[in-house]
Amino acid sequence: MECGLADKVDKKARMQIPRQVMPQQSPEERIKNFREVPYGLTEEQALIEAARCLECKKEPCIAGCPVEVDIPAFIDLILKKDYAAAARKIKETNSLPAICGRVCPQEDQCELKCIVGKGKDGRPVAIGYLERFVADYERKNNLVQLPEIASPTGRKVAVVGSGPAGLTAAGDLIKLGHYVTIFEALHKPGGVLVYGIPEFRLPKSIVQAECDFLASMGVKFENSTVVGKSYTIDELFEDGYDAIFIGTGAGLPNFMRIPGENLIGIYSSNEYLTRSNLMRAFEFPTYDTPIIKGRNVAVLGGGNTAMDSVRTALRLGADTAYIVYRRSEAEMPARIEEIHHAREEGIQFHFLTTPIKYFGNESGRVRAMECLKMELGEPDASGRRRPMPIEGSNFVMEVDLVVVAIGNSSNPLVQQTTPGLEINKWGNIVVNEDTMQTSRKGVYAGGDIVTGGATVILAAGAGKKAARAMHSYLMEEVKK
Amino acid sequence: MPKVLDNVQIGPLNWKMRVKAPRLVQKAAAGQFVIIRVDERGERVPMSIAGLDVKNGILTIVYQVVGKTSALMTTVPPGGEIIDCVGPLGVPSHVENWGTACVVGGGIGIAPILPIAQAYKRAGNKVITIIGARSREILFYEIEHRAVADELHVCTDDGSYGHHGFVSDILKKLLDEGTPIKHIMAIGPVPMMRVVADLTRGYSIPTWVSLNPLMIDGTGMCGGCRVSLDDETKFACVDGPDFDGHKVDFALLTNRLKAYQAQERQAMHRFLDDPQCRLAQTVKNFTYPDER
Repeated sequence: MECGLADKVDKKARMQIPRQVMPQQSPEERIKNFREVPYGLTEEQALIEAARCLECKKEPCIAGCPVEVDIPAFIDLILKKDYAAAARKIKETNSLPAICGRVCPQEDQCELKCIVGKGKDGRPVAIGYLERFVADYERKNNLVQLPEIASPTGRKVAVVGSGPAGLTAAGDLIKLGHYVTIFEALHKPGGVLVYGIPEFRLPKSIVQAECDFLASMGVKFENSTVVGKSYTIDELFEDGYDAIFIGTGAGLPNFMRIPGENLIGIYSSNEYLTRSNLMRAFEFPTYDTPIIKGRNVAVLGGGNTAMDSVRTALRLGADTAYIVYRRSEAEMPARIEEIHHAREEGIQFHFLTTPIKYFGNESGRVRAMECLKMELGEPDASGRRRPMPIEGSNFVMEVDLVVVAIGNSSNPLVQQTTPGLEINKWGNIVVNEDTMQTSRKGVYAGGDIVTGGATVILAAGAGKKAARAMHSYLMEEVKK
Repeated sequence: MPKVLDNVQIGPLNWKMRVKAPRLVQKAAAGQFVIIRVDERGERVPMSIAGLDVKNGILTIVYQVVGKTSALMTTVPPGGEIIDCVGPLGVPSHVENWGTACVVGGGIGIAPILPIAQAYKRAGNKVITIIGARSREILFYEIEHRAVADELHVCTDDGSYGHHGFVSDILKKLLDEGTPIKHIMAIGPVPMMRVVADLTRGYSIPTWVSLNPLMIDGTGMCGGCRVSLDDETKFACVDGPDFDGHKVDFALLTNRLKAYQAQERQAMHRFLDDPQCRLAQTVKNFTYPDER
């Protein structure tokens, strides 16, 4: 396609172009491996998809994006075949396009607002696929440019947690000339990107590339350092840090607290996925960390973590793998693409079902789960219809592995060791919505530690907002 | 990467490793633990703190070979490195002046009980220490404990050294004689801690134990280390590792420790069969604890 061709093809013709189909591994093949499922659009596909954009004046897609990426502008650069420039355009607002292109729930964000999706049988422009395409192109072709770094300000920033919020805040602050150190509790950086999301959805090499890029800009990484144990926030200030960003995430697993939950074979999703993803237990015994490989696996929950867990169980050799969710399909918070992929792979869904107890065998291993059927009543605080148990509907399912993926709460280690840090009743850190500042001067927070479990893009957006406010604080209130 | 200063065999299957970790040692207290990883493909394993040299920034851990990772640890040479050492983790042991306190160390528990005894002594307690092992060759740290304890009792199951009997036998004798022990801390294999807790329940003496469930992250994010206290679930890595021995569900802990027995055996045999394996002969003659 020639530069500017999209201008010449009229709107009606553009709307006739079908949405490009993402090439991907077949279900039969991919349930036997952990390789990435979608391959990414080809260049030809990307150009065709980009041509579908109508360049509407109102730009509703930007409003749909939690961080307001200039979508029409990056799509225009794709049409000009300057893919690296398109990636840089995205990075003006979102520093993690290779990741967000893969994991954002575009169907609820930018693509929901896209005009092309509004017509009869209309499918929105595949903005997510395009974001991924340009980010991957830039990386694979070694076109990632080191941005200009401002002259050193002499101010030191500590970023606690190397998940999307921390990585984004660090990236923005290093460019402004500050000295930045990221403290990460685990031995590899990336947070949920590396321990929570499986290889088949987000290759760890991509997360490592993002971290390497930050390091090349001068960000220091101190892994295996637990703020709250190795250092407290106050000790970081004593050590000379001028401002601190807390992005420690939703690292506290929620259990159902029902009888039998401590039987062997019942995992929190954090443990199951950390073993498989971070510790690479899917490659045991080449990697030393083991994981239980169940034959009949039930995963409780309806979000992305539940989808990741159940699809991991299948790849680890389960004969049957179920999702057990207390609401109906319409209420599932998981990304549409993940639900679709799970279905293709043969995952079975038990909706309107909840476990009430577990049964174990003589060795203390889970062997069965008693469940109740549910029906939907009035909406609860989250706006979704509340599930109500149907009396007498009890039934028993045979399982030898259960993964509890019903959500996570904030890990309390930092809060417990930081006097004066205001938290709410759920243990989340309270912040000023505009500046992300906490109740402690010089201390900012963002991501799941503030909102409870949410998305990568929201965490990245919070990191960006905090960095902006921290920069003002550092330059205006910290004398050097 | 943390430097290993030395790694010395102190018994047929017991080793003592000293690691340079100044920041960690400065922050750590008796009763806490660290999580280490030997190499890139290694597991994360918890190790109780057996010694803290704050002046020189040196951490001491004493470990027993129970599987592949602990066997692999024995191959790290002095001057070598381990890939990670995270800590200090867990809540430090509670220390108070009770008057007379008793610390009981069984088997590998003899190591972490030493810094705890030192802390109790510094707080002004009269410290009665009981240490025991299956036989004389497995016993260690007698001199170190003698330097701290006001009263030291040593025993072996087979009578090859010291009193012939279990640590709980010595404890029972002391209690029956009316020794005014106001607080007990017991560390050792699960059956030993269970026996001590069951014994002291009858005498109504507060007894704390240090639990050793399997762990992965050690920071409270995964729940793999969950233990049950009077039917309430706690995470040993952030709520413990010390817990009230009279509330612990030891049967559950015993079971959960066996979760990966099959995989552990597979990994160990694969390691022993590896022609590159550089293990000491004693480790090559390895048998699992319950096979001995």
